[in-house]
Amino acid sequence: MAEKTPVMEKVVAVNGNMITVEYTHRVMQNEVAFVHVGDSRLKSEVIRIRGNRADLQVFESTNKMKVGDDVEFTGELLSVELGPGLLKQVYDGLQNPLNLLAEKSGFFLQRGIYLSALDRTALWDFTPIAKVGDKVRRGDRLGSVPEGIIKHYIMLPFAWRGAWVVKSIVAPGQYNIDTTIAVVENERGETRNVTMTQFWPVKIAIDDYSEKLLPEETLVTQQRSIDTFFPVAVGGTFCTPGPFGAGKTVLQHAISQHAQTDVVVVAACGERAGEVVEILREYPELEDPRTGRSLMDRSIIICNTSSMPVAAREASVYTAVTLAEYYRQMGLNTLLLADSTSRWAQALREMSGRLEEIPGEEAFPAYLESLISGFYERAGLVKLRTGETGSVTIGGAVSPAGGNFEEPVTQATLKVVGAFLGLSRERSDARRYPAIHPLESWSKYKSLVDPAKLAMARSILRRGSDVNQMMKVVGEEGTSIDDFIVYMKSEFLDYVFLQQNTFDAEDGASSAERQRGMFDDVCRVLESDFTFADKESARVYFLELRQLYLDRNYMALNSAEYREQKARIDQKISGSLKNA
Amino acid sequence: MRKVYHKIIRIAGNVITVEADDVAYNELAEVSGLRGVSLAQVIRLDGRKVSLQVFAGSRGIGTDDEVRFLGREMQVSGSDALLGRVFNGRGASRDHRPDITENLIDIGTPSVNPAKRVIPRHMIRTNIPMIDVFNTLVESQKLPIFSVAGEPYNELLSRIALQAEVDVIVLGGMGLKHDDYLTFKRTLDEHGALSRTVMFIHTASDPVVECLMVPDMCLAVAESFALKGKRVLCLLSDMTNFADALKEISVTMEQIPATRGYPGDLYSQLAARYEKAVDFDGAGSITILAVTTMPGDDVTHPVPDNTGYITEGQFYLRNGRIEPFGSLSRLKQQVNGRTRPDHRAIMDAMIRLYADFKSTLEKQSMGFKMSNWDKKLLKYGARFEKEMMSLAVNIPLEAGLDLGWRILADCFDRTEVGIKSDLLAQYWPEK
Repeated sequence: MAEKTPVMEKVVAVNGNMITVEYTHRVMQNEVAFVHVGDSRLKSEVIRIRGNRADLQVFESTNKMKVGDDVEFTGELLSVELGPGLLKQVYDGLQNPLNLLAEKSGFFLQRGIYLSALDRTALWDFTPIAKVGDKVRRGDRLGSVPEGIIKHYIMLPFAWRGAWVVKSIVAPGQYNIDTTIAVVENERGETRNVTMTQFWPVKIAIDDYSEKLLPEETLVTQQRSIDTFFPVAVGGTFCTPGPFGAGKTVLQHAISQHAQTDVVVVAACGERAGEVVEILREYPELEDPRTGRSLMDRSIIICNTSSMPVAAREASVYTAVTLAEYYRQMGLNTLLLADSTSRWAQALREMSGRLEEIPGEEAFPAYLESLISGFYERAGLVKLRTGETGSVTIGGAVSPAGGNFEEPVTQATLKVVGAFLGLSRERSDARRYPAIHPLESWSKYKSLVDPAKLAMARSILRRGSDVNQMMKVVGEEGTSIDDFIVYMKSEFLDYVFLQQNTFDAEDGASSAERQRGMFDDVCRVLESDFTFADKESARVYFLELRQLYLDRNYMALNSAEYREQKARIDQKISGSLKNA
Repeated sequence: MRKVYHKIIRIAGNVITVEADDVAYNELAEVSGLRGVSLAQVIRLDGRKVSLQVFAGSRGIGTDDEVRFLGREMQVSGSDALLGRVFNGRGASRDHRPDITENLIDIGTPSVNPAKRVIPRHMIRTNIPMIDVFNTLVESQKLPIFSVAGEPYNELLSRIALQAEVDVIVLGGMGLKHDDYLTFKRTLDEHGALSRTVMFIHTASDPVVECLMVPDMCLAVAESFALKGKRVLCLLSDMTNFADALKEISVTMEQIPATRGYPGDLYSQLAARYEKAVDFDGAGSITILAVTTMPGDDVTHPVPDNTGYITEGQFYLRNGRIEPFGSLSRLKQQVNGRTRPDHRAIMDAMIRLYADFKSTLEKQSMGFKMSNWDKKLLKYGARFEKEMMSLAVNIPLEAGLDLGWRILADCFDRTEVGIKSDLLAQYWPEK
C-alpha cells in the first residue's frame, strides 16, 4: 500500500479531553489523528463532524495544548494489530504494552509514547498450509505457528476483500512477524505481501464465519452457584451487577482463573489499578490445571484503570473483544471478562456531555442502549468456514450507581444478556460469598445438573426465604416444625453448596464432576423427611450436618479422607430419617 | 516578558473569560485587580476565548483588570524542607514562615504504570480490633471513612496516623473547620509527629477554588517522598467538599450535570486522586485515608457512591464506632492469610453471627419468645459490641483474635460457629 502523506489541520478549541479542529481536507468519522503538543504526538479520534469543524476525543491528557497546535490526520480507523505474541501480554486500552512502556518511561505513564503491540524480533516456527496456486479469501489459513499450547493460524487479513491466488509461500522455518510469508494476487492483478500480522478496526466486529449457532453447552467456571444454578453457555453472555463491595471483582477473578476455556481476555476497564496488579503478579505463578502451564499463557490483559485517560477507557472494551474474536477465528473458545462496563458507559457519558448532546436518563447518551447491545452481540458460538466452531463468551461486571439495578446501564445490559448474576449487598454483608442472589438471578442456559432436581432445590430456597420472612412476623414459636425444617434445609443448601471460599485451593474451584456429586449429596438431604422432637433439636442436627459437609468441601475429591467423610455423612443422614 | 491582557469578556461564578493568544490548557495566570493579585487556571480554550477559574474568587474583578499568563502549570515544592510546615490551598505558607520555592514539581502528574506496582503485603497496625481483625488496613491502600457530620472521623484519622508506622504524614484539609485544623495540629504536636508532617489546609472560610488544588498538592508531595523510598500516609478530610467544589465549577461552565448536579466526570476526577495510592516496585508507598461525609447519611449519594467504587473498601463510622456491615477492606486478603491461621475464620464467623444477632434483635423488639439459640446470640452480640466494636478498645491484633475465641467459646458450642474442625481443635478455648 502506498504511504499517504499526512493531512495537517489546526486545533481551534480545547475542552477537557475534547478538542475541536477546523478542517480543510477530507476527514472520516472515527478517523485517528495525532495532535502535536511540544515534542509529543497525542492520539485522538474523530467523534463528530459539523460544518467545517471536527470534534476529537484525545486519548491522553490535553495539558499544555494550545489553539493553533497541529493535528495530523492518518486516514485510518482506530485499529489493533493481530498476530502471534498477543497472549501473555498486558496492554493499555490502545494496545500499548505496559511492561515495555515501564522499561521505557519508568514509574509513570508518560503521554504520547506508543510502542509496537507485538515483539517484532521474536522468531516463530512457521508451517505453511496453503500452496502456490491455491485460491484463498480473507480469513483463510495460510500457515500456522505454535503460540504456547495454541496453534496460531496465520490468516489472510480480514480486511482484504475479494478472491486471491497464492503466488508464493515460504518454506517451513523460523521467521519474525514482519517477514513476508506469502505473496497473493487478486483478480485485478494487484499483488500484496502477507506477513504474520494484520490490523483490524476495533469498533467493527470480525464477521468471517459461515453462521452463528445457538449456545447450548455449559461453560464450566467451577463456581457452584453459577454452573449449577445460573449457568453460562460457551458463546453466551452474562452480567454481574452489584453494589460496591459485593464481590464483583473477586468473582470475575475466580471465573478468569477457573473457567474451562482456551483463551481469556480480561478487560480492566476504569477500575482499580491494584486489582490488575494482582493479575499481573499472580497469574504467571498460578498453574492452569487443564494445560499444566501458567495461567498467563492463556491470558491477555487489557488494562485501562480509572486514573488512565477516559477516552482510552472507551476504546479498551473494543480492543479486548477484537482480540477475543481473532482467537475465535482459530477455532478456539475465548472468554472476555469486562470489569466494569459501567465505567465504559460513564466514559461515553463524559464525552456526550462535552459534545453537549441532549442527555437521556441520568445524563447517559440516548444511544447507550444500542452501543451496549452492539457490544454483547459480538459474543457468540460460530461455525467457521472450515467447519470448526469457535466462540466468544462475554461476561460484564456492572457497577450500578447506589447499587440500584433500575439504572440505565444495568437495564440496557439485562435486555441483551443470557444470564443475570445479581450480587446483593444483603448477602455480602452477611459474608455469604459469592454474593450471587439465589432468588433474583436468572439464566437462560443449561445447567450441569438434572433440571428436575434443580427445580426442587430452587423451590426449597424460595420456600425457605418465605418461611424466614414469616418468622420475622410471627416469630419462631408461631412457625410449624415442617416449615422450620424447610428453612433449615434452605440455609443448609446455601451454606454448603452456594457459598464457596474463593481463597481456598479445594473449595475455590469445583469441577463439573465434583459439583454433580455434591449436588446429589445435598439433594439427598433436601428430599429426605426428617423427624425431630422440636425445633431446637432440628437446628442442632442441621448445624452438625452442615459442619460435616463444610469440612468435606475443603478435602480433595475422592481422597481417602473425602471418602471417610462421606461415610460419616451417610451415617448421620440415615440416623435421622423418618422411615429409618 | 509575557503579554498582559486586559479584556475580560465574561465573569460568572468564579470563572472569568478573557481574549488572549497562545495560551496553553491548564496554564496558570495572575489576575490583578482591586483586591490584589490572585492565581487563576485555564480550564477551557475556544478560539481566542480563554476561560479561567480564579482561586480567590471573582468578587471585585473588573472587566479591565490585568490577566498575566505565567507559562507554567500549578507546581508545588517537593523538598524535604516541607516537613513540619503548613500551607494553604495555593501552596503558600500558612504558618508565618517563608514560602518554599525550591525543587518545584508539577501537580496532577500522569498515573503510575500498573506494571511498576507491586502487590501490597504490609499490614498497617492500628490496634483497633474493628480494623485489625475484621478489615485490616494495608500499606498503599486507599480507604475512605464514610460518616456523617458530628462523628469523630477526624479523631479517628489522627489516631490511625499516630499509630501507623510511616515515615511521612501528609494532611490535606478541604473545607476544614478552623477548630478541626487546630485540633489536628495539636494532636500531632503532642505525640511528636509534627516534624514528619506536611499540611495543606483549606478552611471553610477560604475561597472555594483553592479547595480543588489541595488533593493534587498533597499527592504530588506524597509522591515525591514515596519516590525517595519513604512510606507516606496521606490524610484527606473531607473529600465531599472537594466534590462540591468540582460541582460548583462545572455548573458555572454550563456542563450538563449527571446526578444531583455533580459533573459526569466525578468518578474520573475522584479516581485520578485516589489512584495515586501505590506501592512502587523499587521505591516507597502512598497510603490514602480520606473522610467522605455522607449528606443525609445516604450512601447512594453520588460522592460516597462513586468513592466506594474507586477505593479499596471503606469504613463506616456511625454512632462513634466502625460498623461491621458495609465496612470493608478489599486488601485484607493480601495480609490476613499470613498473620495467624485463625484470622480469616474468626473474622468471618464473628461477623456472620453478629448478622444473626441483628435479626434476633429485630425479633426481640417485636416481642417474640426467644429460643435458646436467640438467647445465645443476644449474649454474644452484647459482648461483641462492648469488647470488640468500641473505639475505646486498644489492643494488638493477636490479643483481638484471642478475645474473639473467648467470646465465641463463652457464648456457643463448637459446632455452632461454622468454623473448620482443625481450627477448632487448635484454638477453641477449654472452659
